[in-house]
Amino acid sequence: MAFAPSVKTTNMDNKILIEAKGISLALEGKQILDKVDIRLHKGEIVTLIGPNGAGKSTLIRIILGLIKQDDGQVLLAPKLRIGYMPQRLSIDPVLPLTVRRFLTLAQRCSESNLVDALTEVGAEQLLDSAMQTLSGGETQRILLARAMLRNPDLLILDEPVQGVDVAGQEALYRLISTIRKRHGCGILMISHDLHLVMSATDQVLCLNRHVCCSGHPDKVRADPSYVALFGNTAVLMPYNHHHDHSHNAHGDIIQNKHKDCQHG
Amino acid sequence: MDDFLLRALLAGIGVALIAGPLGAFVVWRKMAYFGDTLAHAALLGVALGFLLDINTNLGVVVVCILLALLLVAMQQKQRLANDTLLGILSHSTLSMGLIALAFMETLRIDLMSYLFGDILAVSNTDLYWIFSCAALSLIVLIIIWRPLLAITVHEELARVEGVPVTWVKLALMLLIAIVIAVAMKVVGILLITSLLIIPAATARSFARNPEQMAVLAAAIGCIAVSGGLFASLEWDLPAGPAIVVSAAILFFSAPWWLKLKRAKK
Repeated sequence: MAFAPSVKTTNMDNKILIEAKGISLALEGKQILDKVDIRLHKGEIVTLIGPNGAGKSTLIRIILGLIKQDDGQVLLAPKLRIGYMPQRLSIDPVLPLTVRRFLTLAQRCSESNLVDALTEVGAEQLLDSAMQTLSGGETQRILLARAMLRNPDLLILDEPVQGVDVAGQEALYRLISTIRKRHGCGILMISHDLHLVMSATDQVLCLNRHVCCSGHPDKVRADPSYVALFGNTAVLMPYNHHHDHSHNAHGDIIQNKHKDCQHG
Repeated sequence: MDDFLLRALLAGIGVALIAGPLGAFVVWRKMAYFGDTLAHAALLGVALGFLLDINTNLGVVVVCILLALLLVAMQQKQRLANDTLLGILSHSTLSMGLIALAFMETLRIDLMSYLFGDILAVSNTDLYWIFSCAALSLIVLIIIWRPLLAITVHEELARVEGVPVTWVKLALMLLIAIVIAVAMKVVGILLITSLLIIPAATARSFARNPEQMAVLAAAIGCIAVSGGLFASLEWDLPAGPAIVVSAAILFFSAPWWLKLKRAKK
C-alpha cells in the first residue's frame, strides 16, 4: 500500500479540523509547551501521550481557547462544533442534580435525543440517577454523552478513561472508536498508556513539553524517545527527536491496525 | 396587626424570597465566606453614602461591587488562598467602615442597627426598595439560571459550550451585592450571610433538583422570618438575631422532619 507522507492526499475525509503551529507557553518561568505542532483531520483519532506534567492538558486547553498561548497559533475549521470531555467532574452532594439535568445544562434537547445519546454510550438506565451516585466509568460515559449531544465535528477528550478499571478502559476505548466510525467526527484525546489506546488511535503524539515523536502507534512505540519516556528505565532522557510527519491516508478509518504500513 | 409589624413582615419576606434562591448558589458555589466579606464591607458603603450624601443602599451596592471586582483581580494575581484573601478583605473593610463612621462626629448613627438590623423600623420607602430590588434580582436570576448552573457544575465545560462565563459570574456578584444592601435593614451586616445559606442548606434535605431547592429555600426563609418576628414580639427579643435563630432551628430540625415524612410513607 502506498501512503503519501504529506498532508495533501486525495482522501475525502481530509478536511483539517485543527491546525496548531509552534504552540509555546511558559508559566511562572517554567516552559510548559515548546513549539508544539498538531494537526487533526476529520474522522481521525489523535492521541496525546506523555508523562505527568508534559503539557498534554495544557495543549488541549489552548486548543479549546480556555487559556492563551504565548506563541504560535491555533486554527480551527470554521463553524467547528466541539464536544469536550473534561478530565475531572466532581459535583458537590449539596447540589441535587440528576443525569437528565446534567445533560441539558448547556442546551435543551428532546427526550428522544437524550435517550439516544445515553443509549449510544451504554448508560440509558442512568437517566434519572443522581450524578453523585455514579461510578467513575458511568461518570465518564455521561460526560461523553453530554459531548455527543452537541452533535460535534470534533471530540476533545481529556483522559477519557480516568478513574475506570482496566476492563472498563478497554470498553470505553472501543466505544470511542465506535463513535468515531458512526459519526465520522475527529477525536483528540489524552491517554497515559499507549498499550490500551493502541487499537483505537490513528496517530499518536508523544509529548514532553515538545513533541518527542509522532506517528502511527506501532511506530511511536519503537521510537527511542518513546522508549526513553515509557520504557523500563522510566528515566527522562533529554532526547530531542522530532518527526515532522502526519498520517492521514489511513484510508478507511476502520482499519487502523495496519501492520504493513511503515512510516518514516 | 400593627403597621410597623406588617412592614417588618413584608420586608423580611421580600428579602427571604430572593435570598433563598440566591443562597442556593452561594451554597453550591461555596461562596459563604465571599458573601460574608461583601456584607462586612457594606458598612463602608453606608459611610460612603453619608459622606457623598447619596442613598446608603446605593453606597452599599457600589462598595460591594467594587470589592467583588477587587477580589477577582487579586485572585488572579496573588498566590494566597482564597479564604485568606477573603479574611483580609472582610475584616479590613469592616474596620475601615467603623473608622469612617466614627469620623462623622456630627452624625448620630445607630451602629447596632447596621450591625444587627432594625427590621421593626422599616419604612415604606425601605419596603419599595426591598421589593423592587428583590423583584429585579429574581428576574435576573431566572434569566441567568441555566448558564449559572452550568458554570457551577463545571466552569470550563460550560465555557467550551458557549456560556459567557465572565458575564454570568459578574451578574451573580451584582445580585449578591444587591441582596446584601437590602438585607442589611432586616438582619444587619453581621448576620446577612445566614439568610443566604441557612434556608438553602435546610432546603437541600428535601429537594430533588436545583429548582426545588431554590423554591424551598425561599419558603423556608419566609417561615424563618415570620417565626423570628413572632418570637421577637412575644418575648421581646432582638428581631434580627431572632430571625437567624429561627432559621437555625429549622435547619437543625430538618432531619427530624425528614424522618417524620418517611415514616408516614
